[in-house]
This record gives sequence, structure tokens and C-alpha cells, in this order.
Amino acid sequence: MQEKDNTRRKVLIGLTSAVGLSGIPFAATPFIAAWNPSAKAKAAGASVKLDVSKMQYGQQIQVAWRKQPVFVVRHTKESLENIDSALPKLADPNSDQIEEPYKGQNPTRSKSSEYTVMVGVCTHLGCSPKYHPEVEPKPWDASWAGGFFCPCHGSMFDMVGRVYKGVPAPTNLPVPPHFFDGSILTIGEDRGTA
Amino acid sequence: MSEMVGKLFGWVNSRLPVSNTFERHLSKHPVPSKVNFWYLFGALASVVLIIQIVSGIWLIMPYSNTEEEAFASIEYIMRDVDYGWVIRYMHTTGASMFFAVVYLHMFRGLLYGSYQKPKELVWIFGCTIYLAMMAEGFLGYVLPYGQMSYWGAQVIISLFGAIPYIGESLELWIRGDYYISGITVSRFFALHVVALPLVLIALVFLHLVALHEVGAGNPEGVDIEEHLDDDGVPLDSVPFFPYKVLNALVGIGVFMTVFAIIMFFFPEGGGYFIEMANFEEANPLVTPEHIAPVWYYSPYYAMLRAVPDKLGGLIVMGSAVAILFVVPWLDKSKVASIRYKGIYSKVALALFGISFITLGYLGTVSVTEVRKTMSVICTVIYFAFFLLMPIYTKYEKTLEVPERL
Repeated sequence: MQEKDNTRRKVLIGLTSAVGLSGIPFAATPFIAAWNPSAKAKAAGASVKLDVSKMQYGQQIQVAWRKQPVFVVRHTKESLENIDSALPKLADPNSDQIEEPYKGQNPTRSKSSEYTVMVGVCTHLGCSPKYHPEVEPKPWDASWAGGFFCPCHGSMFDMVGRVYKGVPAPTNLPVPPHFFDGSILTIGEDRGTA
Repeated sequence: MSEMVGKLFGWVNSRLPVSNTFERHLSKHPVPSKVNFWYLFGALASVVLIIQIVSGIWLIMPYSNTEEEAFASIEYIMRDVDYGWVIRYMHTTGASMFFAVVYLHMFRGLLYGSYQKPKELVWIFGCTIYLAMMAEGFLGYVLPYGQMSYWGAQVIISLFGAIPYIGESLELWIRGDYYISGITVSRFFALHVVALPLVLIALVFLHLVALHEVGAGNPEGVDIEEHLDDDGVPLDSVPFFPYKVLNALVGIGVFMTVFAIIMFFFPEGGGYFIEMANFEEANPLVTPEHIAPVWYYSPYYAMLRAVPDKLGGLIVMGSAVAILFVVPWLDKSKVASIRYKGIYSKVALALFGISFITLGYLGTVSVTEVRKTMSVICTVIYFAFFLLMPIYTKYEKTLEVPERL
């Protein structure tokens, strides 16, 4: 039998395989992209509006935005004065570790000096922390200064949603894009006005 | 008449290897002549797999995979569909029993070294089956869209968020929405009823083919291939059919009795098989006071909670499952069975078993300081069992394994 030179054959096999393989990303695209939020889901995830002037001082309400609980807290005067009372216990008091949309504008972290707006989903594993504004000893903290406590895995946040040190939650509760138009708060959208 | 049947069989047999396969894998397939009850759980697992497939198909028929109707359709199955409750409880009991027998089956592997050369691939296919089962169980648990479906899924999906850089967009991509919505439920439904069962069945097939290639083990760890008769059949073996099949039927009978008792009398298993919170419809605005997984995931959940760091917790949890895959290369012992291994292996396996069960308990209860410390200790023991295995199996004094079974 004749000695065969397989170089040509190998090159052709290599080229054919490469062309074939390059089709994989194209073929995979629709299958992967179909898992993205659909246009309908995106539209349903648009902004919500509410009137916050009727809230009591010290009251917390939950608004569903994208079916996630968004906490709105109207702080009392005392609470605003003592806003940094848990400061030494906080992991990231200035929100340096997250994208904070209105950083440095107000101690409340929001666009208002009176209200705090935050996504009420624990940054650990997505449970919804409970509001405990009372300044009193609690089973989870003997010197509790008021704030949010997550019943799932014991993460603690202060009155404006800043995370404590040594808890499972890695970051502060995120502040969603929002703006105030008089007493009307819009969550999920930002017009750039105060 | 019988001649006709014989002719027909001959016609089929010359086109499809019926008798060949039957002989190779059943009537002439040699299995060790002496095994104990630990060797039953593989057979039981295949029985549960069949139960799950059949009851699952029947559940698909009345189930509705939309956000509005999913929960109501489960209630409909439970109340309005004739015998719907039996079929659903068969499926939920089956899920728990599947994990129960698979955990015992895996423990058998650790007891008698069922992963040692040349059975590494059998073990790896088995671990992959376990992984696929965990995914399958999780996806299935989301489908009723109850409170625990929702919040359990929320916790599990946000685990992916711990992955640096791509985490958050990955979460969104998995959910296909900004929360766990009907979109998420229906894709989980597709994966639960089509994709993963196909994967599971393929893996079970590979697990069995690989097992039949290398032969089943025995509690003594004796290599029965060493002593063959004149036909090349191991002397210490019996044909799988009918000896082992009939043997297994007794075990299956006992198992089915237990299964039926749970299914008819304790289908919720005191909140461990179906959690009480799941009898309420999913509410994205209210987290249940206490989120706990079903019992078969709870050891890993306890490990996750033992680590006060999100990414760290995910890594520990993932590693706990991943480390199972490399066990064949961690065990350096000359002998397979615990019966001939030394004292270190025995103590290590006992501690491992205790810590795994303790973690299982800790994963179902709420966190306190003491429990957290216990979780950390048990997690350390869990990993030490595997990571120190190359040392204690190599340097301990083992007993002489007999020649014959």
C-alpha cells in the first residue's frame, strides 16, 4: 500500500470542525436569549407612584415594585437626630461598597431629608427584613438602636437600611431609583428633580 | 400455537438482541453470592424513579403552570380530581423516599468502598445523579407556587447572585423576571418534567452500564473475579436473575409498605416532607418567619448558614457536594470494606455520619449562637472526613481480606 500524506485531510477536518463549531454560539443564542425578561415582563416592571404625605411619623410602609417589597420609612425627628447612633456597628456606613444613586445627598440615603426608600429584600438571600424601630434591647442585639432585622438568617440593618458588621448580609439595602414630586413618590424611575 | 410464538420470538431476536441482552444483564450476569441489606437501596431507588415518573405524568395533566393558577391547580388536584390527592402525595412522598434511599445507597458506598478502582465511574455517575436529583427536587418544589416554593426559590436563586460580576444578571436571567413569577414557574416546569428527567434517565442508564462492566461489590470487599470456574464465571457469584431479583422483591415489599404508610397517614411528614408554609399561596411581599428547606437539603443549608459570608457560604455548600466526586482518589486504603479497614476509618465514618445528621437537623431550625457554633463544628468534621481521608486510610493498620467470599 502507498504511504499516504494525511496533512491535507487533517487540515480539511480541522477547518470543517472549526466552521461547524463556530455555528454553536449562533444556534445557542435564541435558546439563551429566550430566558431574558420578556417585553411584557419588562413593561410590568416599570415604576409605581404613591402619596407619602399621609404617612405617620415613624411609620414604615411596603410598596410592591417589580413584586419586590420596597420599604418607605418616614423618620421621626428623634430618629433623624440619632440616625448614626449605631455607626460603630455598621459595616459600610457610607455605602462605599454598592452603587448608591443619591450618595451624600441626605443622611436618609434618599432624595428626601425625611423619607428613606429602600428595596426591602435582604442582600443575603432575599428574605424580607422586619421593621423594628424601637430603641430597646432585642434578642438579637442587647443595644438595639432601631432598624431592620431579617428573621431568616439574622442580618441586621439600621433605620436607613445600612448593614451591621458580622451578619450574613454583605451589603446595605439598595436604594431604588426614585423621585419626589411634591408628596408623590415615584419608585423605579428618576426624573432628576429633588 | 407455541410454535408460532417461538417463530415470532426468533424473528424478533434476529433483529433485536433480546435474549442476548437478557442473558448478559440478567440471567447470566454474575453478582456476589453474599451481600446484605445495604445492597438493596440501588434497586429501591430505581423503583422510586419509576413511581416518580408515572405519578409525575399524571400530575402534569391537571396542573397549571401559570402564576395565577399554579397554586389553585394544586388545590384542585387535592380536592376535585378523583384520587388526585393520592397521586400528589405519591409524588411528594416519592421525592422524600428517593432521597432517603439514595442517601442510604451512598452511605453504603462509603461503608464498603463501592467507589474504589475500578468502580470510579460508577461512583461519579452516581454523584451526578444525586446532583441532578437535587436540581429536580428544587425545581419541583417551586411548582405549587406556595409560600415556601417562592421564598425557597428566592433564597436558592439569590445564591447565584453571590457569583462575582455576573451574579445579578444571572439571577435575572434564571428568573426571566424581576421576581419569581409565572415566567419562572413555567420554565422550571419545563425543566422539571422534560429536561431533567431525560438527564436522570440517561445517567441511571450509564450508572448501570458502568456497574455491569466492572461488577457489583460486596460487604467483604473480596474481588470475586479472582476465583473463576471452568466457564469463567466467578465461583462466589449467582446469576442476577432470578436470585437477586427475587431477593430484592422482598425488600421492595417492605419498602412499599413503609411508602404506603407515609403516603396515606403522614404525607406531610410533620412539615419535613411538605412544609406547612407551602399550604399558603406565594406572596412576594411577606417572608415567612422561618425559612427552611425540606429535610433532604437541610445539611447543606446548615453549612451555608454556618458561613457569615455570602460567596463563602456558596463555595462551602458547592464544595460539600463537589468533594463527593473525588472520593475514589481520596481513599488510599488497600482494602475496600469498613470491616477490614482500621480504627481511624471507622471513627471518621461514624463522626461523618453523626455530623451529617446533626447538620440535617440544624438546617431545619432557626439560627441561634449555639446552633451556629455547632453547624461550624459539624461542617469542619464533614470536610475533615474527606480531606484527611488520604492520610488516615494510608497510615492505618488494616486487616487481611479473605480470599473467598
